[in-house]
Amino acid sequence: MSMTIAEKILADHSGKKEVRPGEYVWARIDGTAIGLSTPSQLAKSNVDKFWDPDRVYAVEDHYALPPTSDAANFSVSVRQIVKKYGVKNFFEYGRHGIAHEIYPQNGYVSPGDLIASVDSHTTSYGCFNVAACGINEEAPYVLANGQLWFRVPSTIKFVITGEYPGPDKFIVGMDIMLRILGEYGSTVGLYRSVEFHGPAVHEMSMASRFSIANLGAEIGAKFAIFPCDEKTLAFLDGKMKRPPNPVSPDPDAHYEAIHHIDLTHMPPYVACPHDPSNSVPVSDVEPKHVKIDQAFIGSCTSGRKEDFEMAARILQGRKVHNDVRLIATPASQLVWRECLREGIWETFADAGALVTHSGCGLCGGWHMGLLGDGEVSISTTPRNFQGRQGSPTASIYLANAATVAASAIEGYITDPREFL
Amino acid sequence: MIFEGKVWKFGDNINTDLIMPVKAVQMYKSQNNPQEIASQFCMSTNRPGWAQQVQEGDIIIAGTNWGCGSSRPVSRMIKALGISVIVAESIARLFFRNSINIGLPALTCVGIVAAFDEGEIARVNIETGEVHNLSTGIAIQGEALPADSPPMQILKAGGLSHIKLGT
Repeated sequence: MSMTIAEKILADHSGKKEVRPGEYVWARIDGTAIGLSTPSQLAKSNVDKFWDPDRVYAVEDHYALPPTSDAANFSVSVRQIVKKYGVKNFFEYGRHGIAHEIYPQNGYVSPGDLIASVDSHTTSYGCFNVAACGINEEAPYVLANGQLWFRVPSTIKFVITGEYPGPDKFIVGMDIMLRILGEYGSTVGLYRSVEFHGPAVHEMSMASRFSIANLGAEIGAKFAIFPCDEKTLAFLDGKMKRPPNPVSPDPDAHYEAIHHIDLTHMPPYVACPHDPSNSVPVSDVEPKHVKIDQAFIGSCTSGRKEDFEMAARILQGRKVHNDVRLIATPASQLVWRECLREGIWETFADAGALVTHSGCGLCGGWHMGLLGDGEVSISTTPRNFQGRQGSPTASIYLANAATVAASAIEGYITDPREFL
Repeated sequence: MIFEGKVWKFGDNINTDLIMPVKAVQMYKSQNNPQEIASQFCMSTNRPGWAQQVQEGDIIIAGTNWGCGSSRPVSRMIKALGISVIVAESIARLFFRNSINIGLPALTCVGIVAAFDEGEIARVNIETGEVHNLSTGIAIQGEALPADSPPMQILKAGGLSHIKLGT
């Protein structure tokens, strides 16, 4: 056999010894979720029971909390589905968070799984050695049958070498992916499974691996998969509901392309409006003195303790610029509590930042903290498409939490390494 | 499955926030009237007024990475406007899957952007992957889905909800 991780997982889940890119399979799904479109889809469907309610997870993260009565009615419809179909893994407000953050904390994934969930950033679970992709229109079918069709993707590999700078140096997983977006474009992973290998991968925290797999969606990837190592298993220990089945590629697995990323001397990156692939080193943007109105730290890309800790080191003893509002939205209530206990929120509050409850926050433009006409934002979120966070004439820059915090202090887009 | 219609052209990276802004997603849930919502919001950021001009059976021809971004049901917007088929240099996987699974054909065809000007008439054969420019006589070959593949079976059935469990 000579298979990549995705090929092995798809073969295993479709009862085949071997699959090849381009082949179509019907594969067994290990987990799925109630997404934004699911209530209206189920209402129109004839699905009367789920194939395995214990493998179906639900949370209301995009609206949390509902800003309108329409949104509240949507939340009600999620709770009704949970009751009607016997979904036990539902996370009510207060115990909630962004799906991708809290589901793995509660047994949603084990290494070797195949996951298909409503939401494009489902690729995030790839950091746990899982083949995970977004779906939408297929959700009722998956909920009823626990199976889905797949075209076996070809696989490309990023080999990441050199010393991993890490949060201590204000350069994390998000920067690596912004760099890949800038250098290879937003279609390098289109239809493909993308694997991340190399010594630097094992130096990274799970939070940084999560950011990279999460942004796999922005390079068009079907799956964005990391190897399983002791950090993966330590993170998942005591949380998994199925035994782990770690998957490594065969030594002679075929890759459509292999790209090498050397982290030596790598700077933090910033994606300029209006596409994540408009990404350049922060040193290219800083001389332009791009004044910002809003700075945001949060989302499924970068809303974890590692991110808020980095930002807090910059905010410590300083004040957010008079013309800037800094908003922090942790990815889950679990992250919220961790930051509370470690005094991170105190630092944010002392600096004049606003800390909100957890959820998707303003990332998708659903509510809470949207941008007005002509406003400029720097944000740790995955997308800066035109009009995404409010007004179509607003501009969104993407960067890691340290760059966002440094920019919030200075009032314009700033290299965080000046605060080292 | 052969479609003939007037061509609307779009560039690269037409994303889901342009096709279906969040306001449209929110209204889609509460009101459930795709056509009205689509004609009000679809491409309102990048091409105001376009959605109101689309006629039943029109065809979209686009550049690379058509439909990139969210999983939101953007293909429903395109279908609600009356678009019969999308042909693009490349198509983001969520758009492709959502499209096929609701029975809206989407064809990948490298070279398609250069083969058409807006307003020309296209004939698209989904089963063979052939695209003809009836206004100029140019023919170009797209990537046809295999006849026995699940997506082709789903398209022929009119969507995934009409398909029995696969084997």
